[in-house]
Amino acid sequence: MAAPGLSAYLVLAALVFAIGLFGVLTRRNAVGILLGIELMLNAVNINLVAFARFEADLAGLIFTLFVIAITVAEVGVGLAIVIAIFRVRRTVDADQLNLLKG
Amino acid sequence: MTLETLVFGLVALALLGGSLGVVLTPNLFHAVLSLAGALVATAVIFLLLDAAFLFAVQLLLYAGGVVTVLVFAIMLTERLIGEHITQTNRHVVNGAVMSVAVFVGVAGFIMRSNLTAAEPAPADRTVEIARAIVGPFAVTFELLGVLLVAALLGAIYFARTED
Repeated sequence: MAAPGLSAYLVLAALVFAIGLFGVLTRRNAVGILLGIELMLNAVNINLVAFARFEADLAGLIFTLFVIAITVAEVGVGLAIVIAIFRVRRTVDADQLNLLKG
Repeated sequence: MTLETLVFGLVALALLGGSLGVVLTPNLFHAVLSLAGALVATAVIFLLLDAAFLFAVQLLLYAGGVVTVLVFAIMLTERLIGEHITQTNRHVVNGAVMSVAVFVGVAGFIMRSNLTAAEPAPADRTVEIARAIVGPFAVTFELLGVLLVAALLGAIYFARTED
């Protein structure tokens, strides 16, 4: 059995992406939804690094760095919004946050 | 069965287990701990892919920084003791069908496409990364600095008290 190739890494990343999607769709807590988004971004990072390794392309590594930096910004703003909502509504349940519902 | 295959299998199992823990555990605090495990497993996968610098970045920023911030947010919005932290999932069947459909679509595409590996990259490419960041990607790099400052100010604006 040879060393794992590009397909193995891509399938693994697709699995992690699907699990993260499941979390985003089914979690009730707003922080739980953010955790699912983290998993999905992580899966994309695995894809980028795998392509950078097997296609000998440097851009994948650079993009991964940029994705990590953007994720940090996203987590900071997202959690600030969650805390602001919690102050006003005393809950972070996504089902009860229907202020914009017509 | 080479050593690389064995390590890849073990790390893949840890990554999938951690990911399932993130989306399935009822206790939100345990979910964040599972996320930390999944992120460390991802870092080891980066190491398997000859990206040592990204391994360090992943451990420092993701598993160190992001997880800490998430733990703080949970402690601020939930009671750690008591049933309030227990979170249930909703529409589990619909979510599972949707996720499996996405996975089957992506995996089917991967299997059908004829992936031929090119020449493997040289082992350590940290110097090339540094040259590219200040060379062709310099504008993007500066824009990321602006984005981080904006995110910092936005987070302070959202989270400040009214007085």
